[in-house]
Amino acid sequence: MDISRRDLFITGGKILMVASVGATLEQITGAEPAPDKYKMADHWWGMIIDVGKCIGCGNCVRACSNENDVPEGYFRTWVERYQVAEGEENLRVDSPKGAIDGFPPSSNEALKSFFIPKLCNHCVDSPCVQVCPVGATFDSPDGVVMVDESYCLGCRYCVQACPYGCRYLHPEKNTVDKCTLCYHRITQGLTTACCENCPTGARQLVDFKNPKDPVHEFLRQNKVQVLKPYMATKAKVYYKDLDGSVR
Amino acid sequence: MRRLFHEWGHLIRPALVLLAAMGAFLVVRAAVIPKEFGKYGHFRPGALDLVRSHPIHYAGQDTCVMCHDDQAKLRASGKHAHVACEACHGPLAKHADDPSAVKPKLPDVANLCRRCHEKDASKPKGFPQVATVEHSGGVVCNSCHQPHNPHL
Repeated sequence: MDISRRDLFITGGKILMVASVGATLEQITGAEPAPDKYKMADHWWGMIIDVGKCIGCGNCVRACSNENDVPEGYFRTWVERYQVAEGEENLRVDSPKGAIDGFPPSSNEALKSFFIPKLCNHCVDSPCVQVCPVGATFDSPDGVVMVDESYCLGCRYCVQACPYGCRYLHPEKNTVDKCTLCYHRITQGLTTACCENCPTGARQLVDFKNPKDPVHEFLRQNKVQVLKPYMATKAKVYYKDLDGSVR
Repeated sequence: MRRLFHEWGHLIRPALVLLAAMGAFLVVRAAVIPKEFGKYGHFRPGALDLVRSHPIHYAGQDTCVMCHDDQAKLRASGKHAHVACEACHGPLAKHADDPSAVKPKLPDVANLCRRCHEKDASKPKGFPQVATVEHSGGVVCNSCHQPHNPHL
């Protein structure tokens, strides 16, 4: 078959036109993702913890491990037991295996003792975000501190920077891992795994931007405190009745 | 032109090199920076989707009650009204998705009740606690108490 230069231009032009129209149509119709019901700008997440309700059962730790496939021996949330004994200068703090199996019996000699659940404080001015050399750790617009796994180098700067000890290096992925405030759950209208499974309601997920959220009443009615306020991290996990000995 | 190069060549040649370098920088930058980087802040929006794609293991209270409303009613009248189903029964989102695929196991009562209700000095004073050995002498809790509404 003989193809003249003229034929080539005409046929080529037609093919090109069809292809470009097809590509444009595909972009108009196919590329647009389904609209997301969840609006980041409408939320500002945090947590309130009522120390006087925590019974140290470890349900939150187990729930977190199950929900987020946290590797064994690592914890995104854990419970500490503080025992302040009479005449002893130092207080005793323990958290056997992050309290994933609860606690052994407490000493009866303690002047006072209590449980403190801990997790990432999702600070507004997070030291971990500030030190990350590659920008893998970031604040989401709805107030959750997260790690971009595909960016993280595993340099551990953030692990050292976190004043609350909330981060660890994932032993298999070799990237930093931490509490995401169950972002996959809260963006679908569920509460976090730890709050869902707390039998006494000691911990509660809150949304500061929701005017009907119980957090506003909670902050008005109670004496609340954040951990290490002198670090000026603007932590968003508020503790009710927090003892001064807690670090 | 030749005169221009003759007099300004020492300026034009580095300028061309600079322009080429800037062009190369722009091309490399466009290729290396992920799509939509910086849309919401100094991060890749895809990272949010990655975290959100994690599967849910705990179906949540509202989902359980949709089918098991009889148990929920019984529980609502007792002290365990605010304890979520999965707090004792474990993560059962798979069971909620397909009830026949995963059958929930009964909780290990001997340990389950004790973890919350064993007497301990660190627990809040108002929380109901018993020294199990004195209280029941080894008899399992649910031989007397109904776990969904434990009051006798």
